[in-house]
Amino acid sequence: MTIEWSGAAKHRGQTAYIGRMRPQDLLSPVPAGLCCKGGNFHIDPVRPVERALITHGHSDHARAGHGAVLATQETLDIMRLRYGENFAGSTQAVRYGEEIRLGDVTVKFHPAGHVLGSAQIAVSCKDTCIVASGDYKDVRDPTCAPLEVVPCDVFITEATFGLPVFRHGHAADEVKKLLASVALFPERAHLVGAYSLGKAQRVIALLREEGYDAPIHLHGAMEKITHYYQSRGIALGELRPVRGTKKADLTGTITLAPPTATSDIWTRRFPDPVTAFASGWMRVRARARQRGVELPLVISDHADWDGLTATIAATGAGEVWVTHGQEDALVHWCQSRGLAARPLDLVGYGEEEESEPLGEGEQA
Amino acid sequence: MNRFAELLDRLAYEPGRNNKLRLITAYFREVGDPDRGYALAALTGALSFKHAKPGLIRDLIMERSDPVLFGYSYDYVGDLSETVALMWPKATLAGHNNPPPPTLTEVVTMLRTLGKTELPRQLARWLDELDETGRWALLKLVTGAMRIGISARLAKTAAAALGDKDPHEIELLWPGLSPPYTELFAWLEGRGEKPVNLDPAPFRPVMLAHAIEDADFAGLDAADYIAEWKWDGIRVQAVAGRDARGHLQARLYSRTGEDITKSFPDLTSSLHLPGAIDGELLVVRDGRVQSFNVLQQRLNRKVVSPKLTKDFPMHLRAYDLLADDDNDLRELPFAERRERLEAFVKKLDDPRVDLSPTITFDGWKQLAAARANPAGAGAGEDAEAVEGVMLKRRDAPYLPGRPKGQWWKWKRDPHVIDAVLMYAQRGHGKRSSYYSDYTFGVWTSGEAGDELVPVGKAYFGFTDEELIEIDRFVRRNTTEKFGPVRHVVHEPNQGLVLEVAFEGLQRSTRHKSGIAMRFPRVSRLRWDKPPREADRLEILEKMLKSETNKVLVSSSGG
Repeated sequence: MTIEWSGAAKHRGQTAYIGRMRPQDLLSPVPAGLCCKGGNFHIDPVRPVERALITHGHSDHARAGHGAVLATQETLDIMRLRYGENFAGSTQAVRYGEEIRLGDVTVKFHPAGHVLGSAQIAVSCKDTCIVASGDYKDVRDPTCAPLEVVPCDVFITEATFGLPVFRHGHAADEVKKLLASVALFPERAHLVGAYSLGKAQRVIALLREEGYDAPIHLHGAMEKITHYYQSRGIALGELRPVRGTKKADLTGTITLAPPTATSDIWTRRFPDPVTAFASGWMRVRARARQRGVELPLVISDHADWDGLTATIAATGAGEVWVTHGQEDALVHWCQSRGLAARPLDLVGYGEEEESEPLGEGEQA
Repeated sequence: MNRFAELLDRLAYEPGRNNKLRLITAYFREVGDPDRGYALAALTGALSFKHAKPGLIRDLIMERSDPVLFGYSYDYVGDLSETVALMWPKATLAGHNNPPPPTLTEVVTMLRTLGKTELPRQLARWLDELDETGRWALLKLVTGAMRIGISARLAKTAAAALGDKDPHEIELLWPGLSPPYTELFAWLEGRGEKPVNLDPAPFRPVMLAHAIEDADFAGLDAADYIAEWKWDGIRVQAVAGRDARGHLQARLYSRTGEDITKSFPDLTSSLHLPGAIDGELLVVRDGRVQSFNVLQQRLNRKVVSPKLTKDFPMHLRAYDLLADDDNDLRELPFAERRERLEAFVKKLDDPRVDLSPTITFDGWKQLAAARANPAGAGAGEDAEAVEGVMLKRRDAPYLPGRPKGQWWKWKRDPHVIDAVLMYAQRGHGKRSSYYSDYTFGVWTSGEAGDELVPVGKAYFGFTDEELIEIDRFVRRNTTEKFGPVRHVVHEPNQGLVLEVAFEGLQRSTRHKSGIAMRFPRVSRLRWDKPPREADRLEILEKMLKSETNKVLVSSSGG
């Protein structure tokens, strides 16, 4: 596609290093996102930039309008599905483990276990290595490559579930809970709210692993990405669109829908629906009640507290930068273990749901 | 315990009554004795042990976690039991030798016998063995804060469904049963004889009235009916009977059969004759019945202090007699039962128990006049506590449930105001896709001229068709969204006027308007009325003042 990436950076940073460089000279937070001056790029920028490295396809990390984008093939494909062919000036796909030199630095993408194609980005210069992990989880997910722990000097971690109350348990048990409910209420439809990239496909795959082989229905906004997952060889069984299905035929079925749709008038096409929501937030009752969820399913695509702390420890990083979520608690935990830690003031990351559009015509 | 916790967890989120029943019945079917029996006891509030104090729970978590992290977590979750349940550290016990999590039976039976000093260690052990949901349920159970929106009646109905029995039958047996109810389940599953209620003071399922409509009168003959006042109190059944040793036992039941004797110790000594009275629980001060507002201050108190019983003296106003000594009177016609009641109350001769008077009337017109002016038709100074009239067929036996054509209630017209829809919130369950909870307001003078001030919330009273119309209006006229709440346009010339009916008013510090409504519901949609013509706060204040004056005058005497 393009070879811009392998060329030297146009603007070299202050790279007259003496001895070991300071990590903040390698990567630093700026309003557009995490900026690497030495390599002339941003990681997951929230504003249009010249060159962007994207960790994964969720809309708060992957935005349209950058000059050049470097990401895994899956992330590029997902961006194309969401934003159209011209989502960036140019693109380049990178494989996990492939080393690319950008200006003064080298970058390497490693699996993050978050969603299909998700990556942590290791940025190295001389003897300093920073890993920007993006979003990650350290538990099994049949729909994406498992998290790889990358030894580094500075680990940039998310903190979505950065409180010790967030411990997520086994996703399989939550899916069993859903199936028990389907068995108990065979005359009702089960409507599972799940983010359309990653979570929905994981829930479907987990249902299949539990032996559920009936067709699973999809909200219109789920179709494209789910079919993309299937095209990448992920077995999801028989899927049907809700659109055009008679109310009576939805009796006893399971439907996956974006979380916003499960409280929308769209649900009136289902017979007496049970509203479920698959999210790590469901661990806290007040959150579930606030949303009017009847069947909370604690299934998260982010690491829980134990996962965050275990991963931080495993990287061997002496310094930890904490972004989006409950930074304070995680910073406190790091410091109490003798690690240098600070919150990174990055704005614009959070739950993908807020910015997720519903499929056309599905609102009605 | 984990399975019971799972049930509680699911019930806490399930809004529908029938679905709750299904969940509980499925649990009873799946879980064996004695665990399910203790679950039934927990759900009906029949378990008794000394509850653990929140301080104890806090100490346990403080010994095991970083206080800073606990602080952040508690702030976030907002509930102590839940925070502790979620952040309780995983036990580091020797792998394959982990003890199995405790059963509900173990927990309940141990809690009964455990000494105060042993409790913390035992609790910690259980918390180590349970999962998150199990820990949450355990902590709710031991702190006595199991608020999950399940009535004892609902739990019994779910048990009855196990054997296709009428829940009334369980109510009848209930006072004679005790946890873990193995004989009850054996009978429900067709494996055993029906348990015998040896309770000397059993509950009898109550008879209820239909609301009368104008059209009903045409088919009714006034001569067939006896009329009485409908009191705005609490329907109770006051029962006394002799146990095996000849001691008199007195009990007070709610209309659903819940034993509420403990809440009204000042009344039990008045039930000194064996029998079963159907009547109304009222507060009477200096011979005058107080309004429901006053009665409410006596209800739902954890501790019934001597001061409370002195300031809010309870009174039973009797209107039916179901049993006289050992004789069941329910087969007798009402007119005969009424005679027996009059004799019974006279014999009882107790200042706290009196007879609900009948209303003399020749025809419906005369009764309508009495209903409109109870004070002038015999209710005298007690008229404030009258909320309408009751019509009972002279020949009606006492039948459980709501039999057709036997008893009628004819309530006084409710208060009505025109208010403006201000905010709408999504409902729950079947209504979760509809904006079905409405906050409405009335006009008041503000700094910048007239403004609307919220005075209440209503979520029923409208028909399904009207719900669809309001829902559509809300969606098309939303000015702002806050999570599940929508601000709906409410300008003088733009907005929706709701006619709101309600039963009474109270002062409230929780509402900006300072007023709270009792039983508000949407009685009509006033599409025809522009919001500027809706009512003003002054009208409500005037109504409140007349109610409050009565309360103040009467409480100064107590």
